[in-house]
Amino acid sequence: MKITLYIIQKEFKQIFRNKGMLPIIFVLPLLQLIILSNTATFEVKNIQFSYIDNDHSTSSRALLEKFNASTYFDVVNGFNTSKEAESAMLEGAVDVVLEIPTDFHQHLLKNQKAVLGIRINAIDGAAAGVTNVYILQVLKSYNKQLQTKLVQFSNYNEKPVTIITIPSFWYNETLNYKTFMVPGILVLLVTMITLFLSGMNIVREKEIGTLEQINVTPIKKNQFIIGKLFPFWIIGILLLSVGLIISKIIFNVPMLGSYILMYSYTTIYILVILGIGLFISNYTDTQQQAMFIAWFFMVIFILMSGLFTPIESMPNWAQFITEFNPIKYFVEVMRMVMLKGASFNDILPQFLKTLLYAIVMNALAVWSYKKTN
Amino acid sequence: MSTKKVIQVNKLTKNFGDFKAVNNITFDVGKGEVFGFLGANGAGKTTAMKMLIGITTPSSGKANVAGFDVNTHAEDIKKNIGYMSQKFALYDDLTVNENITFFGGIYGLTRKEIKEKSIELLKELNLEDVKNMLVASLPLGWKQKLSFSVSLLHNPKIVFLDEPTGGVDPITRRHFWEMIYKAASSGTTIFVTTHYMDEAEYCDRVSVMVNGKIEALDTPKKLKETYNVKSMDEVFLKLVRK
Repeated sequence: MKITLYIIQKEFKQIFRNKGMLPIIFVLPLLQLIILSNTATFEVKNIQFSYIDNDHSTSSRALLEKFNASTYFDVVNGFNTSKEAESAMLEGAVDVVLEIPTDFHQHLLKNQKAVLGIRINAIDGAAAGVTNVYILQVLKSYNKQLQTKLVQFSNYNEKPVTIITIPSFWYNETLNYKTFMVPGILVLLVTMITLFLSGMNIVREKEIGTLEQINVTPIKKNQFIIGKLFPFWIIGILLLSVGLIISKIIFNVPMLGSYILMYSYTTIYILVILGIGLFISNYTDTQQQAMFIAWFFMVIFILMSGLFTPIESMPNWAQFITEFNPIKYFVEVMRMVMLKGASFNDILPQFLKTLLYAIVMNALAVWSYKKTN
Repeated sequence: MSTKKVIQVNKLTKNFGDFKAVNNITFDVGKGEVFGFLGANGAGKTTAMKMLIGITTPSSGKANVAGFDVNTHAEDIKKNIGYMSQKFALYDDLTVNENITFFGGIYGLTRKEIKEKSIELLKELNLEDVKNMLVASLPLGWKQKLSFSVSLLHNPKIVFLDEPTGGVDPITRRHFWEMIYKAASSGTTIFVTTHYMDEAEYCDRVSVMVNGKIEALDTPKKLKETYNVKSMDEVFLKLVRK
């Protein structure tokens, strides 16, 4: 125990003496939190909307007016021919082209039905899907308006039956994407910093030759490793704390659950990451190698965490792989505790899996650290 | 010279694939002896030393260091030896004092012992004025002397020195050897590799390693007689060129 304290003391001295490292540990991640949380948005706004109005009727103008009124669409000038519209889309100047046929108004009056042509730039499939939904919403509201009008024209006595759905979004009523993203990004930052620091730490001592000096001392493997990792464990928890303060103050993300629960989960979670970092450190000879491998895992972990894309829509084999992704569990727990106020029982599955993961990873890390080779 | 053997090496071998870095070496070192372990670059000195200090496992053969078997009790050996590597291996970003405290601490010395030792050591090395300076800012010769003193902190029975005076000026080297003699006179066994043949003359006995094998082992005086030359330099050249 005493020996471990000497190592902890030395590590903290080295960390705080390294003037280049401190901002990397504390300032950059928080900047990232502030910037990324504002930019990593799933909302599609400022859709460049154009049209080809072949009808020039009151109906067609009313329809275009509907789009103009929407905050999601920026209506740019209309085109006269399909060809012009196509070249504009090719250039990227417009995202949507709505084509209104010549007899739109006529058809509406006679058949109470009309066909519209819509072209959406779908290079970004997800954005195109969202755009499509927005367009349908606008058309639906236009339809309703029209129905009422048309019914007045005709002699039917029966009123049109309309079903109105009033969606209510639980846990994030205003669909504020920041509420959703901030906890997730905070998870990424805590993970990245602790993984990189621990991954590079022991390999750095290998590079400068001090590890050999340590290996000829009678120090026990677990004393050394605990002493090495403890400072990064503290740093991870500190980082989480500062991040939580920022998400409360700047982003006003609610914290419905208990802080004790969140911290007790995080303490175990960071152990998983430190174990992975140390494991990488043991199998590499230079900081460069360690960095590359850490990045490899980091990218997979991030993309398969459910933070940016829902895990439910991944293929089965990929869903299976995500079971081994610690970030997935942390993101789930963060969101559950912060946004839903989940209790310990609610996060028990994640808690147990993370605990198991921590035990396995650290056992592997201690086992793979060899004083003798 | 005491007859008690603190290092006993018997047919020690280390292979890296087909390459025999250390090939079947056998020798003994007595307590309090200054043992010079010579050899050209790549002769296998460092590999042999790493097996003796318990950070490399031998491919075959036996060695007993400070009463423990390197194959089975490497960790016990580590309590009883000090080691100073070719590369400077103290922490550059810690101060002189902090390095002493750290290494004293991980060898299990108490706070009080560390304090006493560091005062004594700083005085001896004349480093009192720079004790709060980062080690990185010290000249190489000072660093090496500090490094040697740190390897003696826990009063080891044997100290292994791997080219301790590489790149150090002659005056500091002389001073360094005074320190070695002082340690040896208090009963510490010194196991030292070097490329300086004048240093080889200071040793009680020297061995010369060529291509993984020990080609000669005796006192410098006897070696010179055997090969009928005037200096260790010539002994070395004769053996290595053979």
